[in-house]
Amino acid sequence: MTDFPWLTTLALIPLAGSVVVGALPAARELLAKQLALAISLVALGVTIAMALQFDANAEGQFQFTELHEWIPQFGVSYSVGVDGIALVLIGLATVLTPICILASWHDVDGSRRSVNSYFALLLVLETMMIGVFAATDVFLFYILFEAMLVPMYFIIGSYGGAQRSYAAVKFLLYSLFGGLLMLAAVIGLFVVSDGGPRAFLFENLLNLSIDPTTEKFLFLGFFIAFAIKAPLWPVHTWLPDAAAEAPPGGAVLLVGVLDKVGTFGMLRFCLPLFPDASRWAAPVVITLSVIGIVYGALLAIGQSDIKRLIAYTSISHFGFIAMGIFAMTTQAQSGSTLYMFNHGFSTAALFLIAGFLISRRGSRLIQDYGGVQRIAPVLAGTFLVAGLSSLALPGLSSFVSEFLVLVGTFTRYEAAAIIATGGIILASLYILLMYQRTMTGEPNEEIRKLPDLTSREVWVVAPLLAVIIGLGFYPKPLLDVINPAIERTMQQIGQEDPKPVVPVAEGTGK
Amino acid sequence: MPTILAAETTQAADATGVFALSWLLIALPLLGAAVLLLGGRRTDKFGHLLGTAMPFAAFVIGVVQFVAMLGRDPENRTFSQHLYTWLPVGSFQVDAGLLVDQLSMCFVLLITGVGTLIHIYSIGYMEHDPDRRRFFGYLNLFIAAMLLLVLADSYLLLYVGWEGVGLASYLLIGFWSYVPEYAAAAKKAFVANRVGDFGLSIAIMIMFAQFGSVSFDGVFAGADGASEGALTAIGLMLLLAACGKSAQFPLQSWLGDAMAGPTPVSALIHAATMVTAGVYLIVRSAPVFNGAPDAQLVVVIVGAITLIFGAIVGTAKDDIKKALAASTMSQIGYMMLAAGLGPIGYAFAIFHLLTHGFFKAGMFLGAGSVMHGMNNQVEMRRFGGISSVMKITWITFGLGWLAIIGVPPFSGFWSKDKIIEAAFVGEGWRPWVFGGAALIGAGVTAFYMTRLFLMTFHGERRWTDDVHPHESPKIMTIPLMVLAIGSAALGLILGPTNALVHWLEPVTGAHGEEAPVLSVPVLTGLTLLLIAVGVAWAYSLYVRQPVPEVAPAGSVLTRAARRDLYQDAVNESLLMRPGQYLTRFLVWFDNRVVDGAVNGLAALLGGTSGRFRRLQTGFVRSYALSMFLGAALLVGAMLLVRL
Repeated sequence: MTDFPWLTTLALIPLAGSVVVGALPAARELLAKQLALAISLVALGVTIAMALQFDANAEGQFQFTELHEWIPQFGVSYSVGVDGIALVLIGLATVLTPICILASWHDVDGSRRSVNSYFALLLVLETMMIGVFAATDVFLFYILFEAMLVPMYFIIGSYGGAQRSYAAVKFLLYSLFGGLLMLAAVIGLFVVSDGGPRAFLFENLLNLSIDPTTEKFLFLGFFIAFAIKAPLWPVHTWLPDAAAEAPPGGAVLLVGVLDKVGTFGMLRFCLPLFPDASRWAAPVVITLSVIGIVYGALLAIGQSDIKRLIAYTSISHFGFIAMGIFAMTTQAQSGSTLYMFNHGFSTAALFLIAGFLISRRGSRLIQDYGGVQRIAPVLAGTFLVAGLSSLALPGLSSFVSEFLVLVGTFTRYEAAAIIATGGIILASLYILLMYQRTMTGEPNEEIRKLPDLTSREVWVVAPLLAVIIGLGFYPKPLLDVINPAIERTMQQIGQEDPKPVVPVAEGTGK
Repeated sequence: MPTILAAETTQAADATGVFALSWLLIALPLLGAAVLLLGGRRTDKFGHLLGTAMPFAAFVIGVVQFVAMLGRDPENRTFSQHLYTWLPVGSFQVDAGLLVDQLSMCFVLLITGVGTLIHIYSIGYMEHDPDRRRFFGYLNLFIAAMLLLVLADSYLLLYVGWEGVGLASYLLIGFWSYVPEYAAAAKKAFVANRVGDFGLSIAIMIMFAQFGSVSFDGVFAGADGASEGALTAIGLMLLLAACGKSAQFPLQSWLGDAMAGPTPVSALIHAATMVTAGVYLIVRSAPVFNGAPDAQLVVVIVGAITLIFGAIVGTAKDDIKKALAASTMSQIGYMMLAAGLGPIGYAFAIFHLLTHGFFKAGMFLGAGSVMHGMNNQVEMRRFGGISSVMKITWITFGLGWLAIIGVPPFSGFWSKDKIIEAAFVGEGWRPWVFGGAALIGAGVTAFYMTRLFLMTFHGERRWTDDVHPHESPKIMTIPLMVLAIGSAALGLILGPTNALVHWLEPVTGAHGEEAPVLSVPVLTGLTLLLIAVGVAWAYSLYVRQPVPEVAPAGSVLTRAARRDLYQDAVNESLLMRPGQYLTRFLVWFDNRVVDGAVNGLAALLGGTSGRFRRLQTGFVRSYALSMFLGAALLVGAMLLVRL
């Protein structure tokens, strides 16, 4: 089965499904939804089957590789494959898609636009997400990086809230700007590469000898695009608008998965392709990240709109991820990779449960809520667990990744790690203030009418919370997959972990 | 006798036999919590019974282990249980493992023993609450987390228990969160604890950077070779963590508000167990502190300030639970002070922690019993003369009162007296300042606890018209009696025989016989004299004179003490207000400046002064085009550089 084109098959399943779902007559809404859910579950099944055959300690960097000529004149090939990092993120995308489809069941009912198209767009997006993480040809990656914007633009612009077109255009322009910088860098990379029909293959771009100034420019082209995508401070302002206006399912895929392409790109492309420039930029990136951690958290505290609040928490969290990547230690980078995965789940839980709440009351404003706990205890309880995951409570998955990032950063950049740790205090404020204002107190007349979670909604939330708790206590299966990939990345950038001051032989007396 | 460190003398054996069951100590209450919280209304009928059975089962295991431990040589009483590999990343290898030794055994017995009694009591106390099942679910969650805290064999796993108890505390303080003040109190507690957790996080990071390990074994082995600076940094950060969890100065302000929780919670979490976790942390980290005298000094200072601070606040509170909370703060201050003294004080810190666990839990439950009979009132100015109608509560509370003020032969006498003696050991100014603080604290404690006891149980009846006090049901009074026996006798069992000191010696290290600067009989005499003065003064104020039903204006000091010495006002003006202004400013800044700059730039590029929201999609193309041109220019520039 090793020659089976796993990744292409996996990517094509939702694409083919989207064609069928999109072609269904408008009256068959329920069938379209059921079909979309079934297709995304098939994709999940294929992902699991593939992951089971993944060998974390294999010789080569990528597995399930496929290589076909595409535009040999420009050195472009169709080349896909995954290492542990990409596999984990593809897993994130394929787990979250069916959950988002189920969560979005009634979100666009009665929309001016076609309901079927919405679910078809979600499936197209899944294809793009799989492809972008699997691409091992830089040009292919760039194409998918840009193409991903299209379905998301329509999801926000056609199915979003009142300010949807403003948000969608802003999202698109920001991303296009970054994308075009990246295009410039991609072309520049071709110029400095060894050329040939496979010039853009990732492995052929490693260890190029590039003039330092050029390397810095190329690095910046990629990095700025990724920084906008992630987004890092100060190019973050598109995210609160986009995430708040997008329908909840779309917001989850946007913040939970799409944005990870930015941080994934830093780890996969910026660091190994431009190691010297990355080391040159690291202090600046870490400074920006730390600012983002604190800034995002303070902004979250000051929000009056639930969805914008969650979006700002993510800006804070992306600061952690970027900081870990550029700290360039094993712990920090493994932590960042795990963070990308865990953040997907905690944000998904927060956005989706907030979405359930908002759809009941018809308002995104925190001040319109209060006392929900008495009326809808299951909704409130699950929201609290999701919030605790966002504030990285030890015992939940996000703690594992956040602490790894912090401890790994500390060994190299003490001050940055200490300030970033201050973020945990701010995190407790933004989550618990939101919980206090929405869920506690005496419910008013409007709130008293709210029903608790339906069984469909419980099915949406339960797997998310199960993963959040399960990986908090037992993250080893994921770390086993991630660690070898990070070790390879560390080799590619020529970095070693700082040594302890007073090393101790571990396990003495056992 | 030379100072011996634990790490050098004891070798942890793999847990076998009854010690292989250690994981069940945590798993059983965790299972209880899971069943009760996930099972929902289906488990309403038996929830309280299951919830009580779980900590009791853990208690039985604990007792069996304790007996097994007694049957072994002192140096062979340490057991480690490897559960699984938790966090393996490069050189950062953290296992989930448990450490059962003499120190954790003390806590296991306290947590499960007192915990079970409080569960039993709660069956009666919460009988009419529609959410009693959820209450027991949270209590079980707390027990599990607290046991994880004291059984973990690494700082990182301890951290999980550490925040787990914080979560349980948050949930239980806010158990009646439909009352807005209670919800605010719960959040306040969590946030103050997070400030402490900041310290714990940093401490663990320094440990990893210094030693490449965060397990107790690894850190203690490395502490020998570490620089004093590093150990001081770790010690101070651990102290910050302890201050948050144990409500020590300057992170003490949450504890008074935490009395919003149902009274059994105040007894279990905010008196007997969780708030003493900071003391555990410092005693457990003895090898770190032993090498960091500056950090130890700060621990002693924090303890001394808090013990006086809490005692002063305690003198002015008219709310019975808040007075008890202030007293808890003060008593933990004693423990902190003892822990900061080093090997001479560790065992006494734990000794006082154990006796305090009994008498303070007993008094909180007694206060709950009084509230139960008085329509949930807490205002002591409307109590008085309850001794005649609630005999069992009165007697059991009385034993707790005698124990806390340190009347021989009750428990507190043995444990507190030892701390005062130890505080007077040393050279220069320290024994006089710290010993003096401990001594004066004992007098003030006698005053405020006597005030509390007399205002509640004696004097004339100042009841509101709607109350008809009655003794609580047996399910509540039996735990009171058991705890009262402990309050009376525990000190006598462990104190004169030095049993606890010997028991803990392999963990905390032995210390030489050092004489205090005043002789022991003089110190004991002085302490008892101050206690007598405190009691007599309170008697003359609150029994000889009528207690006004409305609090008199009081002196400047009284008014300050009533308002917790303005701790909230200080926090508000130093942290909360500036923080609010900062977030408001940043929200404006982000909308107008950061976003405004981007919007403005985009508008400039597009040659229009309009904002995005006025744009039609037609403009998107022109933007895209202009940006594409810009990118093309960049590419051109790159090619030029290259050529």
